[in-house]
Amino acid sequence: MNSTVFAPWDDPQAKPLIQFKNVTKRFGGFTAIDNLSLDIFEREFFALLGPSGCGKTTMMRMLAGFEQPSEGTILLSGQDIAPVPPNKRAVNMMFQSYALFPHLNVWDNIAFGLRRDNMPKHDLEDRVEEMLRLTRLEKFARRKPHQISGGQRQRVALARSLAKAPKLLLLDEPLGALDKKLRQDTQFELMDIQEKTGTTFVIVTHDQEEAMTVASRVAVMDQGKLMQVATPDRIYENPNSVYVADFIGDVNIIQGRATSTGEDTYRIDWAEGQPPLTATSANHFSDGQTCHLAIRPEKVTISAERPADAVNAVQGKVHDIAYLGNLSTYYVELSNGIIIKAQTANTRRISRRSFTWEDPVWLSWTATAAVLLAD
Amino acid sequence: MNRLSWFNTVSLTLGFAFLYIPMVILIIFSFNESKLVTVWAGFSTKWYGELMQNQAFLDAAWVTVRVAVFSSTLATILGTMAAYVMVRGGRFFGRTLFSGMIYAPLVMPEVITGLSLLLLFIGIGLDRGILTIVLAHTTFSMCYVSVVVSSRLVTFDRSLEEAALDLGCSPAQAFRLVTLPIIAPAVISGWLLAFTLSLDDLVIASFTSGPSATTLPIKIFSAVRLGVSPEINALSTIMIAVVTVGVITASLVSKRAMVRQRQEEQAAARTE
Repeated sequence: MNSTVFAPWDDPQAKPLIQFKNVTKRFGGFTAIDNLSLDIFEREFFALLGPSGCGKTTMMRMLAGFEQPSEGTILLSGQDIAPVPPNKRAVNMMFQSYALFPHLNVWDNIAFGLRRDNMPKHDLEDRVEEMLRLTRLEKFARRKPHQISGGQRQRVALARSLAKAPKLLLLDEPLGALDKKLRQDTQFELMDIQEKTGTTFVIVTHDQEEAMTVASRVAVMDQGKLMQVATPDRIYENPNSVYVADFIGDVNIIQGRATSTGEDTYRIDWAEGQPPLTATSANHFSDGQTCHLAIRPEKVTISAERPADAVNAVQGKVHDIAYLGNLSTYYVELSNGIIIKAQTANTRRISRRSFTWEDPVWLSWTATAAVLLAD
Repeated sequence: MNRLSWFNTVSLTLGFAFLYIPMVILIIFSFNESKLVTVWAGFSTKWYGELMQNQAFLDAAWVTVRVAVFSSTLATILGTMAAYVMVRGGRFFGRTLFSGMIYAPLVMPEVITGLSLLLLFIGIGLDRGILTIVLAHTTFSMCYVSVVVSSRLVTFDRSLEEAALDLGCSPAQAFRLVTLPIIAPAVISGWLLAFTLSLDDLVIASFTSGPSATTLPIKIFSAVRLGVSPEINALSTIMIAVVTVGVITASLVSKRAMVRQRQEEQAAARTE
């Protein structure tokens, strides 16, 4: 096991492989990327996550060389790549549609890029065989793309883009066309291959679960801006904005007014007739400032009686139950009409479940469970 | 199999009769013993033999084939280039005008095309002969090629070309190694279309041909004006046979390729 944690982004000495410096990209009057700066380090598995139209694909296409930034520079290993055409960049891309050449078989598809480099025949054959082994495609080498399944096509696309041993591999929604089960298996395969080859991967996806699973760091994007760039656990546990908290996973957002009650501790008045809530935050809030309390449903405990030592406790009744098999999400309606989600693991059989519709229940959470966010 | 209703049977019979009775009559009379076209005097292949002796017809046939090969090849190159620019060129000044004008010859009366070409050739002092027919045929068949090729290019997945660039191809290599092989069927059918159009053409060729070069349609047309001979029937029958064989082969080949592709795709899906 590697005992040192891989975190070059925390190391001020580390040199980034890719640097976006104040990059802006406009298409006519539309600004796709808005004055964006970002560092990506070697050997990273970096995910660009966001809804469609947020600019993540444009970022990738600028790295590949299919688009030019309108302003700002993009550096690859310290060199401005703007004047370098796509065919001269040490960057390869795996396309969303896979873009396999239909007139060539699997072997020739993988060899395509190597042939352009005039690689000696013997080395070329070795390299293609290596790629076939890596992606477990040995048996399909002589087949044409239409003669193999979707999952196999995806692996051919990966092998082809890895064959030239690029400094940087771009993956554009690589698993979008696969069904859920196959997608999960393939995610681990991707991570495995990324580790084996040591290539820097940048993946574009709109699937937050996928980004969280594979990536070392995730950038959440919206409208051409980076909302937050952090490791998956920090993105989930410490979102820096309501947008990120809401985009990643499920969350309860409670709006209120903060009042300082001690060091890093705040009282939140949030509704008439409801007891104030308590939350800690390292960020400073002035008294009376509007704030949003973000609480993950799994951090909310549901119980029949008010827990004696609970810092935050509210009462309501079960409005709805979403049964997911392993988990159940209770939608609890408070007396003022607000609905709060609480999630529990179904460790017991369903017949033994404690709560059902219309049951009066208490919801409670600790002072540190929630994240306090400014407007 | 569904049995056809009497109405459908009648429609089918009438339709086929309308289309093919003239040709069937022509073929039958090409094997007529008699010199009189309308009187049947027994089976014979002698007109085919005589046709082979007729140097004027053979010369005209050879001219026609050469014109068709050259003009369709030239039209395919120019038409493919035009289609590529129109589909892939993005927006450039005069694009709408250019794309409109490339289709204009499709609807232009042939007489006008022929006349304008004749005036051009006279104007620049080009002697009428094989070259002028080739140029004229290229001009009007090029737009057919570009229609066929551009309809294929519209559905062509752009990311295939980007993938080629990404893997180290120059734009020219990407076209030669990826785009061209994939659109090849459309380019070939464009060539075949141009070839057939050139073989058929009477109007434009008669404006642009000179005494040194006469194409087969012109030859047939002028021969018929002196009276229909069984020899002409024989010649026409040969042309029908050639076209029929070509069409049947082409459709069989493409149908078999389609069936095989579907089977292979189903087989691939099962291994998922």
